[in-house]
Amino acid sequence: MLISDLDCNTLKTHLSGQGLRFRTGPFSVSLRATIPAIARHIAKLYPHSETLDNDAFIDFHITTHQVAGLRRWLKPQVVFSFDGYKPFKPLPLAQAAAAFEWGLNWCIASSSHQYLIIHSAVVEKDGQAVILPGSPGSGKSTLCAALIHRGWRLFSDEMALLSAADGMIHSVPRPVSLKNQSIEIIKAFTQEPVWGERIEGTTKGDIEHMCAPDSSVRQPPTAIHAKYLVFPHYQSGCLTEITPLSKGRASMNLIENAFNFNILGHQGFEMVSDLVDSLECYDFTYPDLKQALDGIEQITSAKP
Amino acid sequence: MKPVLLIEFLRSCGAGELTKTEAQRYPWELLIRQSRRANLISRVALFLQEAGILDDIPAQPRQHFLNALRIAKANARATNWEVRDLYRILRGQNIDFILLKGSAYIWSENSASKGRLFSDVDIMVRESSLEDAERVLVHSGWMGSTLNGYDQRYYRQWMHEIPPLQHLKRQTTLDLHHSIIPPVSYPDFPAEKLWQQAIPAEDMPGLFMLSHIDMILHSAVHLFHEGEFDQGLRDLSDLDLMIREYILDGDLWEGLLLRAAELGLELPLYYALNYTQRVLATPVPEQILQKAARQRGRRHLPDGLLDLLFLAAFVPDHETCRVRGGKVARFLLFIRSHWIKMPWHLLFPHLVRKGWLRLRGENSH
Repeated sequence: MLISDLDCNTLKTHLSGQGLRFRTGPFSVSLRATIPAIARHIAKLYPHSETLDNDAFIDFHITTHQVAGLRRWLKPQVVFSFDGYKPFKPLPLAQAAAAFEWGLNWCIASSSHQYLIIHSAVVEKDGQAVILPGSPGSGKSTLCAALIHRGWRLFSDEMALLSAADGMIHSVPRPVSLKNQSIEIIKAFTQEPVWGERIEGTTKGDIEHMCAPDSSVRQPPTAIHAKYLVFPHYQSGCLTEITPLSKGRASMNLIENAFNFNILGHQGFEMVSDLVDSLECYDFTYPDLKQALDGIEQITSAKP
Repeated sequence: MKPVLLIEFLRSCGAGELTKTEAQRYPWELLIRQSRRANLISRVALFLQEAGILDDIPAQPRQHFLNALRIAKANARATNWEVRDLYRILRGQNIDFILLKGSAYIWSENSASKGRLFSDVDIMVRESSLEDAERVLVHSGWMGSTLNGYDQRYYRQWMHEIPPLQHLKRQTTLDLHHSIIPPVSYPDFPAEKLWQQAIPAEDMPGLFMLSHIDMILHSAVHLFHEGEFDQGLRDLSDLDLMIREYILDGDLWEGLLLRAAELGLELPLYYALNYTQRVLATPVPEQILQKAARQRGRRHLPDGLLDLLFLAAFVPDHETCRVRGGKVARFLLFIRSHWIKMPWHLLFPHLVRKGWLRLRGENSH
């Protein structure tokens, strides 16, 4: 059964009761939340996720509840908790959906060390996967959102999961998070996607989440050997530039974008070396979305 | 009290009965959740590995244990790196230091190092070298935290450590001690006696660990006097492991009691023996426990009340097992730790101030 098969009331009953149990990528989640915005977020942005039985093993037991007490009336807040542990300070209630997304990112990044986790989008077409690591402002998510409406499949918007066991990138197709001007750019670019609610005034600015396409969530393969590593750099008014990167430089840049390199230690280093050895690596500077898409096509099609 | 899965698990580890676990049917998810909350998941994972049953556990829960083992390994690697760096800095000024708590367990690879997770490095220098040590550490990138003047004075006047230092680049926190118990609660604690029995580290002159017995006593003082019960069960498990390793094997019970009397730490030792035995079934001989009870001297609160508070506080604060009043118990133990630390005329204004800051939602230490 999928989340979209649940009617609104059943979804709310699960969320406010024993928890809504569902799969996202390789992870199983139980989410409890009484906040209506969270129920709407899940219904809209996780419709293709498979729901899980009561006896299924759950990786992450999550709650996002409204903070009780006087604040409930004066300054309503939401707090994210993972098995009773609260990694973040409470956020304004209006940011509840963002709190859930960031919280789930935190759960994955802080405990799933069977993967080297790289802050990166990953897209795939015709069996060719591109890793797009992104420091803030690089345009990673914007580029990713556009690519998946030009025939690419979303593997991941926020984190590339490089498996220590098989050296493959595992897919975790969650909603794409767009910020500030990127939201309008993508809305002008495509009318297709379903959007969540606009969340204003977060620490990252205004945010809207875009639903991951059904094909990304439910079709195989769920793991793939990557072929390209492209570091995007958005720079208004510049010329498009595609510069091959040395293996050493590419490795260092990749490590800078890894969340848990310190945990994996020596093994993490070996994994990065093996990965980079098998990739074509580029620095990619672009002035706008059209040039960005052309550049990615150029990188991935010019080869034998 | 209702049995708690994590506590039952730790008891069966101590009894060497882990190998009997039915790995296919055990409630692993519940154990993972409780142990994660208690910051004990890496230790649980290591026990499972040592008992040779990790491979029999179904793949999904096993993955969480394998990941927890990776975290512990990384924690140990980072800690030892910090210790070597501190050694380089302090050795340059000929300042001797003793590793304390987690970093000492990890460095000496004792039983309490097993899956031990922690965030701060703790070291102790002689009070006469405190100023020099702080200066050279600050010069090497360990910055004083941005505490306000009140907190700065509070630490420097009353406590056994200076305000925590934080490394500029790595964000690691370092607690620099000159004693193991706040001078305000125990004015003439003979810290030099700790130095007399400290064990030098191999090939690193100037670096020491506390003697085995002192390590246990320090762990007891820390747990039962400092009032941080968020990780109470983890700290009690440290005590259980070290008592089994250092005392039980060599039958050094009398030595432990004598040393506690020599240092004036009879009360925390009694609590340590009593509660490890009751919660984790540490095999403390009955006559030793009675002797420890007789020699403990002045009590601050009646045993019945303390039982209520401690036994509640040792249960992990997880929704599947937490006891009614657990939060209140932790809070009262926090108050108790301040009460036994400071006389009323100092404590009362301190608590009023802290309470006010907390109400206003400001960070407090």
